[in-house]
Amino acid sequence: MVDNNNTKILAKDVDVFYSEKQALNKISMDIKEKEVTALIGPSGCGKSTFLRCINRMNDLIEICKVSGSIKVDNEEIISSSTDVVSLRSKIGMVFQKPNPFPKSIFDNVAYGPSIHGLADTKSDLENIVITSLKKAGLYNEVKDRLNEPGTSLSGGQQQRLCIARAIAVNPEIILMDEPCSALDPIATAIIEELIDELRLNYTIIIVTHSMQQAARVSQKTCFFHLGELIETGDTNKIFTNPDNTKTQDYITGRFG
Amino acid sequence: MFFWSIVLILIGIYSSYIFGQSRIKKLVYSTNLKPKSQYNYHAQYVLSWCLLPALIVYFSWAVFEEQIIQNLILDSFEYVEGAAYDDGLLLAEIRNVANNTDFSEGKSQEIINAASQYKSLKLTSEISFYISIIIIMVLGSLYAVRKINIQFNAQDTIEKYIKYILIFCSSIAVLTTIGIIFSLIFESFRFFSQVSIFEFLFSTEWYPFIPIREGQAAAEGSFGAVPIFAGTFLIMIVAMCVAAPIGLLTAIYLSEYASQKVRKTVKPLLEILAGIPTIVYGFFAFVTVAPFVKSFGQSIGIDASPTSALAAGLVMGVMIIPFISSLSDDVINSVPQSLREGSLGIGANKAETIKKVILPAALPGIVGAFLLAISRAIGETMIVVVAAGTAANLTANPFENVTTVTVQIVVALIGDQEFDNPRTLSAFALGLVLFVITLSLNVLALRIVKKYRERYE
Repeated sequence: MVDNNNTKILAKDVDVFYSEKQALNKISMDIKEKEVTALIGPSGCGKSTFLRCINRMNDLIEICKVSGSIKVDNEEIISSSTDVVSLRSKIGMVFQKPNPFPKSIFDNVAYGPSIHGLADTKSDLENIVITSLKKAGLYNEVKDRLNEPGTSLSGGQQQRLCIARAIAVNPEIILMDEPCSALDPIATAIIEELIDELRLNYTIIIVTHSMQQAARVSQKTCFFHLGELIETGDTNKIFTNPDNTKTQDYITGRFG
Repeated sequence: MFFWSIVLILIGIYSSYIFGQSRIKKLVYSTNLKPKSQYNYHAQYVLSWCLLPALIVYFSWAVFEEQIIQNLILDSFEYVEGAAYDDGLLLAEIRNVANNTDFSEGKSQEIINAASQYKSLKLTSEISFYISIIIIMVLGSLYAVRKINIQFNAQDTIEKYIKYILIFCSSIAVLTTIGIIFSLIFESFRFFSQVSIFEFLFSTEWYPFIPIREGQAAAEGSFGAVPIFAGTFLIMIVAMCVAAPIGLLTAIYLSEYASQKVRKTVKPLLEILAGIPTIVYGFFAFVTVAPFVKSFGQSIGIDASPTSALAAGLVMGVMIIPFISSLSDDVINSVPQSLREGSLGIGANKAETIKKVILPAALPGIVGAFLLAISRAIGETMIVVVAAGTAANLTANPFENVTTVTVQIVVALIGDQEFDNPRTLSAFALGLVLFVITLSLNVLALRIVKKYRERYE
């Protein structure tokens, strides 16, 4: 494991309100570069909300108000002057349910690069698409049918297509919101292996309901409960010897 | 008869229900066994055997009573030798005398006799109606009650009856449609026996005049429907040029950009637009838009007529905006949020997301909305009657008078005309072609939608 101390994301006192209801309460954490950080906790604890703060996806929800500070590469992103579009091109996101666009497999992956003008020629674009599909471990399965609709793939393949789509714009961070919750165990295992490979090049934050998954893929684990960050630390330590009794109770299955 | 038969049927419903319920309760009490169905299903079973036959009797009486009485009256009427009679007028006169609504003096004896016969027949009919409906209800209930026992599965039986009732109701719509199609086809055949089908479909002259008297100089009319369909098409194109962009952009604003508050106010306002009677749009087109179009035409050097395709089309476009915007708004809204998030998550901005992800995903629905609006535009009558004129010009110039299929149907059917000359019968032929066109539009729309579904789902 590459041990490093380069902070990629630094959150300080992040509060989130949905109308009057507080969803996150003074969350502070730092996330290291090129590591997998798992956010775990019972449903409704705010882990997805926190994830969606990092790429400002919560902007889509009218009643959602975020305050506090999140810095990505030392740049404040919780501010009205943040360039959300370039922020999101730097931070890819993979969602709970695979959501390929109603386009061909090729166009799904080519969508991001062509929007951001990453390819000058058609062959450049093809290169990007093929590289991204290869990185997502999907290329061999789909190389003969790049023109078929993305929705014709199986659930696990669709999710890898979404990962390829996220990779194609060359992000530095990938957010994953329960990426395997709609998949069967085999597809889940493939995605988990993929996450392990992607770690070499990307900073990954993954929200998961499966503690085994968190233990398998992550180096750091953060435990959320009722909108508060209870404990954060090395995954090994959290799962073997947590400091907090709530964490202990949750990972041993006593609640949640 | 109506009021008391309703009362009678209500009493029947109530008592048969109670009857059935008490019967099964008694059975349960005496045998001390658990019935297969609950009490209320047994009660409903008795009720349906009481109600359904009674309804059949009721409706057959309503349909056949007057007919039978009339036949009886006409059969026994003492026709006076040498006088000319019209059955319809005669019956109307008899009925008026019988109901004391004809106060003119000096009715002939045979009419007065027939009127009193009519009255007594009516009375007999009414009495026998009440008696038979009571008997039917009692017999039905008794039959049903006899079938009730602990083992009887009343619930399944009721389910079956409900299924039959539902099938009956849904077949009414289908049968009516088939009936309409057949009447269109038969009347059209009569038309085509007088006017050649090739003339109708391909000739470009539409003068639907027929000699009123034998040997009148204003001889044969001509029935070429091409200018009419061209006019319909022209107005539809103008209307869609207005409604398609405005409606679609409105829908995009409402579903993607507007805040909840704006959406909640604007959408109902637009739907009010759909509720305005079309004749009011017609006034608007004729009084406001048509003169404007005329003066605009003059200002750019085109001689516009006071009523024009452009005026009618513009207003019709405004009329169908709410159809397109409301339907497209629903369709765009039903595009899953996950697609929006996926696109925005890559760093696409709103416009790119809408253009490249949302609209393609919503396309089948939007096409459907457009085709619905088109068929609405083709079928629209009042605006065109008022604002486009009735002259069948074959022209592509929207500043000229044109006419549409629906307008010509109205024109053909106005006035005291017998259904035996090509002028009136042309309405059915026009209707048939209109029907075929809208039908093929719908089939086309369904096929487009299905094709995209296969690709994207």
